[in-house]
Amino acid sequence: MVENRPLTNIVTHGVLILGAAVFVLPIWIAFVASTHTGREVNRGLTLWPGDQFIANYTTALTEGVATAGAPPLALMLFNSTVMALAIAVGKITISLLSAFAIVYFRFPFRVLAFWTIFVTLMLPVEVRILPTFEVVAGLGLLNSYAGLSIPLIASATATFLFRQFFMTVPDELTEAARIDGAGPLRFFRDILVPLSRTNLAALFVILFIYGWNQYLWPLLVTTDESYYTIVMGIQRMLATSDQLPEWHLIMATAILAMIPPVLVIVLMQRLFVRGLVEVEK
Amino acid sequence: MTAITLRNVSKTYPGGVEAIKGVSLDIGDGEFLVLVGPSGCGKSTLLRMIAGLETITAGEISIGERVVNNLEPAERDIAMVFQNYALYPHMSVRQNLEYGLKNRRMARDEIARRVEKAAGILGIAELLARKPRQLSGGQRQRVAMGRAIVREPAAFLFDEPLSNLDAKLRVQMRAEIRHLQRSLGTTSVYVTHDQLEAMTLADRIVVLNGGVVEQVGTPMEVYERPASLFVASFIGSPAMNLVPLQQARERAAIAGLVNGSVPSGLSTDAVLGVRPEDMTVGENGAGADAVRFAFTVTAVEAVGAESYVHGNLQGGAGDIAVRMPGYHRLEPGTVLSAVTAPEKLHFFAGASGQRVDRAGAAQ
Ligand SMILES: Nc1ncnc2c1ncn2[C@@H]1O[C@H](COP(=O)(O)OP(=O)(O)OP(=O)(O)O)[C@@H](O)[C@H]1O
Ligand SMILES: [Mg+2]
Repeated sequence: MVENRPLTNIVTHGVLILGAAVFVLPIWIAFVASTHTGREVNRGLTLWPGDQFIANYTTALTEGVATAGAPPLALMLFNSTVMALAIAVGKITISLLSAFAIVYFRFPFRVLAFWTIFVTLMLPVEVRILPTFEVVAGLGLLNSYAGLSIPLIASATATFLFRQFFMTVPDELTEAARIDGAGPLRFFRDILVPLSRTNLAALFVILFIYGWNQYLWPLLVTTDESYYTIVMGIQRMLATSDQLPEWHLIMATAILAMIPPVLVIVLMQRLFVRGLVEVEK
Repeated sequence: MTAITLRNVSKTYPGGVEAIKGVSLDIGDGEFLVLVGPSGCGKSTLLRMIAGLETITAGEISIGERVVNNLEPAERDIAMVFQNYALYPHMSVRQNLEYGLKNRRMARDEIARRVEKAAGILGIAELLARKPRQLSGGQRQRVAMGRAIVREPAAFLFDEPLSNLDAKLRVQMRAEIRHLQRSLGTTSVYVTHDQLEAMTLADRIVVLNGGVVEQVGTPMEVYERPASLFVASFIGSPAMNLVPLQQARERAAIAGLVNGSVPSGLSTDAVLGVRPEDMTVGENGAGADAVRFAFTVTAVEAVGAESYVHGNLQGGAGDIAVRMPGYHRLEPGTVLSAVTAPEKLHFFAGASGQRVDRAGAAQ
């Protein structure tokens, strides 16, 4: 629709600005809260930043939130990064390989394998959380990076995405590669993976954020502070019994916790867009 | 020395489709063989069986001295050019050309030498750094050919490589492919549904129909002595006139025949074929033994250098077209006579569609 009427323009822009404001407002308030002293924040909502920016962030990063007994922020950020990376990389690797097998190989029980993967779509982590916990505990993986990430790696969504993509790759390309003497693994490495670059970038972003935002699972499998992740750490800060929560520090933590996913989006988006522009259909 | 031999080759697809039914062919060393036929007749299937991309249900294919039935495509020493080019989109032109050689662990300088040589032959030297999507259709076509050439294979296999190009470029690339194949002397099998492409490129043509070989021969043989009704109707543009014979006084007859006669021994369901370009309008220069048909003009198609006069044969059902040199306008309803030499008449048995040679030729 290419219309250029002033009224339409004003209305569409109005709607867009309103929408953006709705999304940005909570973040803005969190940021504002993180720049005031604790007492000011507890007194009520303000809309303009205060002068405590440097003081609050230094405290959050170096000392952590004393009242909550949470570990220093840097460690939790590190734990979250490890978990999110392991989940993203693990999921992508496994789903690339399984989609490759399902699309390009004829093996016995191929259809069964496909449906088995499909069924797991209906069992998200929350549904199978108790049996999964049993298994992880039985394997002695509580309080470990493996326990944090491996159970979340199994998933069908990414497998489906790659399966759909592989099925759009023209047969002639596969045949040309066969004639060019590329075996299955070489075809996978030289042709299929490079062609999937845009999908890889998009999935990486989505899965990194998925991993980063995990809350319930880390809460279950970690009791040792040194494996706390940032998202559950924030919740711990709130759980104070005898004092007011230190909102200014909590908000500073929340803002800091947002930075890595945002960074991933910004960095990958460039690759993602470049991929879209460069790779031919 | 690379001859390709097919012995009673058949292909039945898993669904039960019999795409190829017992084809035997001998393709000579350095020969340019063109497989032609209508859509769905099994041309691609046959070519892909030679390439090793389809399994062989029955029969035997050998390339050179080797039976290749159970060899992988890469082991058959062939190169294939696809209709949609099938270039690797994420690789540069150079990488596209190099890929097959690298997989063969060829020495670096030999790869570079071959790529330069192929690029020189095809005039794509300045495109080597580009990606396929930055090329025009014709350039992609050249790169696809380049990818085949660098391999220096025992045989080239082409599956309708020109059908994605516009008409003008198609004619140009056709000439280039012909020239290239001649100068390299590589045995080639070329699939097309375009009979003009088949006529101009081939050393020999194989006309396929429904998975069966209808005729094998040089373009001239196929044109001048079509072995069956199918070949007669398929080869030649515009198509050959095909007129069913009629029953007259206990023997077969041709509607509108003014001078000449039907060879004896033909049944009444036989079909007469005569090419529009083998006939002239009027009586000029016709000898005593000339065959003459009277027909009523229904329409004239003027294409510039020549005109095609369409009409009904007098005294019966049967449409014919006659070529006239130059530009003509004729009133529909005009009665004209079409003249041809008796040896230009083809007869086909009605039931089998097979060619019937004129034992007691038309007098
Ligand atoms: N993978 C397949 N499975 C089942 N049947 C197939 C398969 N591929 C082709 N066929 C059938 O085999 C027959 C020959 O197909 P083929 O592709 O060889 O035709 P073609 O002569 O190349 O036609 P075109 O000129 O349209 O490319 C067709 O009837 C087609 O439907
Ligand atoms: Mg085909």
